[in-house]
Amino acid sequence: MADLLEADQPLLIADSLSKSYGRIAACREVSFSLYPGEVLAIVGESGSGKSTLLQLLSGQLAPSGGHVSYRMRDGVTRDLAALGEAERRLLFRTDWGFVHQDPAQGLRMAVSAGANVGERLMAVGWNHYGRIRESASDWLTRVEIDVARIDDAPRTYSGGMRQRLQIARNLVTGPLLVFMDEPTGGLDVSVQARLLDLLRTLVAELHLAVVIVTHDLAVARLLSHRVMVMKGGRVIETGLTDQVLDDPREPYTQLLVSSILPP
Amino acid sequence: MNAPAYNFAYLDEQTKRMIRRAILKAIAIPGYQVPFASREMPMPYGWGTGGVQVTAAILGPQDVLKVIDQGSDDTTNAISIRKFFAKTAGVGTTTATDQATVIQTRHRIPEAALHENQVLVYQVPIPEPLRFLEPRETETRRMHALAEYGLMHVKLYEDIARFGHIATAYAYPVKVNARYVMDPSPTPKFDNPKMDNCPALQLFGAGREKRIYAIPPYTQVVSLDFEDHPFEPYRFNAPCALCGAENSYLDEIVTDDRGSRMFVCSDTDYCEGRQAAGHHGALSAAPYKDKAQGDANG
Ligand SMILES: Nc1ncnc2c1ncn2[C@@H]1O[C@H](COP(=O)(O)OP(=O)(O)OP(=O)(O)O)[C@@H](O)[C@H]1O
Ligand SMILES: [Mg+2]
Ligand SMILES: [Zn+2]
Repeated sequence: MADLLEADQPLLIADSLSKSYGRIAACREVSFSLYPGEVLAIVGESGSGKSTLLQLLSGQLAPSGGHVSYRMRDGVTRDLAALGEAERRLLFRTDWGFVHQDPAQGLRMAVSAGANVGERLMAVGWNHYGRIRESASDWLTRVEIDVARIDDAPRTYSGGMRQRLQIARNLVTGPLLVFMDEPTGGLDVSVQARLLDLLRTLVAELHLAVVIVTHDLAVARLLSHRVMVMKGGRVIETGLTDQVLDDPREPYTQLLVSSILPP
Repeated sequence: MNAPAYNFAYLDEQTKRMIRRAILKAIAIPGYQVPFASREMPMPYGWGTGGVQVTAAILGPQDVLKVIDQGSDDTTNAISIRKFFAKTAGVGTTTATDQATVIQTRHRIPEAALHENQVLVYQVPIPEPLRFLEPRETETRRMHALAEYGLMHVKLYEDIARFGHIATAYAYPVKVNARYVMDPSPTPKFDNPKMDNCPALQLFGAGREKRIYAIPPYTQVVSLDFEDHPFEPYRFNAPCALCGAENSYLDEIVTDDRGSRMFVCSDTDYCEGRQAAGHHGALSAAPYKDKAQGDANG
């Protein structure tokens, strides 16, 4: 009963979010609500403000205007700006994940895969080596990395493996919300397909809420429930993924969908 | 004798006051690294200029100074620092741990239990325990501020994954007063338990890195570990060849070019004290005894 009620409540709320760099308005008046288990894709051409919006949503960048609120585990929805730094960083290590396009940004390249996955657990006080290692092995298996590679550093991993390791590192604490910025961006097409497949399975199994930035509409199609189209820092169209991609209203989205615009 | 060309203990009074302020702050926040304006000293950095500045700032005319280098009073480094303060401050010096009021040390804590009227001053090369995995100073500062110490366990995890046990043998990280994680300087982890609840004041000076930190008397100091890989102080499993001690930290000394070796106390004062009290080990009578400590520091 409580779960049903809670699913009715947004997990993350963006309210008139704006960010300007001098005279450049990177993000203008963006508002939306994200619900538990919902996958939202942000699409748009290069420079349209996708990454900026993701950074605002994840509290890594302070907005020039507007608010982001998040419903904490205790059910209370709080303004990110009102959280202390310690609380915000804790959120980042527990309830949230952030998957970077470049895995080197999200991993510790010089420490073993096991420690990369275990770090978040140790950060929240896990103090039993055997159990940390067990959990790391478990997660490597779930992201299809051979457990025999657990003591190797990601330096020795392929691009696709690194990205899967980054995902495992983020998911080990059972987050509710994961931000992803072009997670398949730097990968070969065949590697991309495998990663997307894996992401789709994990997102469904773990009932994750996801905000994923991509300029690949195929990624949006495969993963997301809803799409937001950005142009010049504004959201110009938003709706259910199939609706927006099959029957776009805005001329710009029509161009985007018919692949006339370069990605 | 006090040489008139220098101010007492070499440093000028204003510098000493600045260092004392840093020391007081360090004592008030156990384990916290306090920045200070480290001065040039008439010796190279590797010689413990951080420790020397701390010692200079706390010495009074009545103090009796002991200086040890890896447990020995007789290395060039230890002798030079002792002479430096004998000359610039005119203080008495000693090699006997229980006679000293200030003990400056590199890489060891004496075996004899310290008491309330003593201050132990450590020479520290690298004060930041998180540096190993996080090179950014801004980030390590934030981690200390927010007590985010998961990274310390990542290091221990790596040890176990690679070697099957926590292989870190020196500079083994500790948590001070249940708050700050601290690098105890490159002392062997064998010495870590001596820092806990110690009656003496412990001060740490890093000259090149310009940091001072402290453990006030009777402060809890806990070595980090895992439940299933608990902290274990390590020593060679042998009695001291000279005094027979079974519980002191030992140096391994090669005694000839055929690979013969012996184990002797690294704390020379402790070892000599035991021998004088009639204890002896397997090689007590060896004429080699007098030179043992010098070679131990090679
Ligand atoms: N730190 C910054 N300083 C100044 N301008 C910035 C900064 N970051 C972003 N911008 C500007 O804000 C606008 C949006 O940038 P953003 O990185 O959000 O775009 P994007 O949609 O993620 O693009 P891409 O698809 O190329 O990653 C751009 O005009 C960019 O030049
Ligand atoms: Mg971007
Ligand atoms: Zn001995």
